[in-house]
Amino acid sequence: MSARKIFQEASEEYVLPGNSACQGCGSTLALRWVLKALGNKTVIVNPASCGCVYVGLYPRTALSVPYIQMAFAAGPAAASGIVGGLDVQGKKDITVVCWAGDGGTADIGVSSLSGSAERNTNYIYFCYDNEAYMNTGTQRSGSTPAGAWTTTTPLGKKESKKDMAFIMAAHRIPYVATSCSSYPIDLYEKTKKAKLIGGMRYIHILVPCPPGWRFDTGLTVKIGRLAVESGMWLLYEVKNGIFYLSPPSRRILESPEKRVPVKEYIKAQGRFRGIDEREIDLLQEMIDKKLEKAAKLDGEPLFF
Amino acid sequence: METLILTGNHAVAYAVKIARASFISCYPITPQTGIVEKLSEFILNGELKAVFVPVESEHSAMAACIGASLTGVRTFTATCSHGLAYMHEMLHWASATRLPIVMAVVNRTIGPPWNIWAEHGDSISQRDTGWIQLYTSNHQEAFDTIIQAYRIAEDPDVFLPIMVCFEGFVISHTAQPVTIPNQEDVDAFIPHEPWRHIIVDVDNPITHGNLQMPEDWFYEFRYLMHRAMEAAKEKIIRCSIEFEKIFGRNHGHLIEEYKCDDADVILLSMGSIADQAKVAVDVLREEGYKAGALKLRAFRPFPEEELRRVAKRTKCITVIDRNLSPGKGGALGSELKAALYGFKEMPMVMECIAGLGGRDVTLEEEISLLKQSFRMIEEGEEPSGIKWLGLK
Repeated sequence: MSARKIFQEASEEYVLPGNSACQGCGSTLALRWVLKALGNKTVIVNPASCGCVYVGLYPRTALSVPYIQMAFAAGPAAASGIVGGLDVQGKKDITVVCWAGDGGTADIGVSSLSGSAERNTNYIYFCYDNEAYMNTGTQRSGSTPAGAWTTTTPLGKKESKKDMAFIMAAHRIPYVATSCSSYPIDLYEKTKKAKLIGGMRYIHILVPCPPGWRFDTGLTVKIGRLAVESGMWLLYEVKNGIFYLSPPSRRILESPEKRVPVKEYIKAQGRFRGIDEREIDLLQEMIDKKLEKAAKLDGEPLFF
Repeated sequence: METLILTGNHAVAYAVKIARASFISCYPITPQTGIVEKLSEFILNGELKAVFVPVESEHSAMAACIGASLTGVRTFTATCSHGLAYMHEMLHWASATRLPIVMAVVNRTIGPPWNIWAEHGDSISQRDTGWIQLYTSNHQEAFDTIIQAYRIAEDPDVFLPIMVCFEGFVISHTAQPVTIPNQEDVDAFIPHEPWRHIIVDVDNPITHGNLQMPEDWFYEFRYLMHRAMEAAKEKIIRCSIEFEKIFGRNHGHLIEEYKCDDADVILLSMGSIADQAKVAVDVLREEGYKAGALKLRAFRPFPEEELRRVAKRTKCITVIDRNLSPGKGGALGSELKAALYGFKEMPMVMECIAGLGGRDVTLEEEISLLKQSFRMIEEGEEPSGIKWLGLK
């Protein structure tokens, strides 16, 4: 699959010009590829997040599929209701999606998300992870990485990022994947794959955010690539409990020369300005260990 | 048509079955669980064709009903007390989305201390969420009101969700004969076609709930909700009349009068206390007192005009509230006074709190309260503060 082939296969645009996203928004970029993969028979539930804003003001909208705004903690439950309502009417060919931010996923919505996963609800949950409450002006979330500046962690967050993809995999749902808005082919293919599977599917997408991460709006794709090339963000799938590294992450393991020191990723963003050299070395060590483990896990069951 | 001996909870489950609700989502809470257990049984044995989603919280139960209702199917949930309080945010979401969801509220006290018994405080504290609230006094009324609720909620002039309220244990766990009508008659009374404003439709995609600036339409949407509530008054009355024509029962419209025509003192209350008040009135009538009982069925929309019409004819309305707003008093007493104020020839209002935390409200207490009210008007006294019945 190449980017050109995606455009041939899915020429229709569902995220329309005129949306009110920030310049360089990684989330709208990701949504564009996701909807190209899913097509027009898709219903989106969007709990409170940037997505509530970038679709525009009533009575206008920047999306050409049904898009239901939902209360912060209620996305997965509302999606469960839509799935049930369509099911009872025999409408089987519609894909129900919850499109939520990292706060809505890892913090306020985690109970509802976990409940829907435990019930193996037939929908796809996408977490677009910009690693803080960006819609309200960059406050820390459970998904903010250690060391990152936010308005509520002015000296950098002390605690680690919550690993939502592993938490979801621990629900033994049929499909879990991670992706990044800088990897359209990876995201497109994983979304297409998820569409064909029944039951609960979870895709966690890292989406760089220029105003929140403090980098130039022209660098969104570049920053996402550095996240993956440094190993800071790992792309993988957990299919029926088996862990598989995805090609962009496997590449840096197989060809270490393609690996980028995490320092490049850190230094490219203003939010990590409080991290000193010693801390960067520690982070590098942690990433080295993580990649070593990931290589061993590749093709193996994730849990007992 | 058949008559079964049913608990209040099972009566409601039978009503939901005969109303053919096709999406049910619920979270267990005492004393509501009997409803959802019975409904699960109906679904399992094929008597009810419905999707049941056993969610992980009441917040999610209402969110799931909202999702299903967005696709145009008839939905149902039930809860009470802490569960209803936990749902609060989604109650607003359901009504402002104008979804005809029907919910049974098995009125129970909110703690602490933990208390599972009857009180109206749970639903009263959801007064401003934009839900129609109908209070019922007995098993048959709870059954019939569920069916009526679907007709009212799904009326395009209304399109608002409805809580059908009845007291925990007093009604939920006691048994009475309940007449179950024929399925065909119910189908004809509440035919279900997916409503006009199905929101989730891939062939007609819309974005719902988009951000509004102050100068846009939010204010107008709330005005329309209020108008729909006002319109619901007439719809509730008409629904009761039509229901009586087909099923032969009438539990009152917005209010139900009992011997109020010539009454000097009227006892106003909601729920099971209102049914017992009729007995108290009979006792007083035998002793020569001109007493009457008034039951409030619709708390939202609030029947101001109907209450004034009855109030004009009497000297004193004594209100029993099984709920409390600390620092003010009972909701019904407060709202009654607000409805009467500024109009000519309005009676005295005596406000009472009773039965909080499930404390029994006895017939003797109601009789004694009525007699005190008579004494007050005979001696030309004014009511002094709120009376607390049965306070230790």
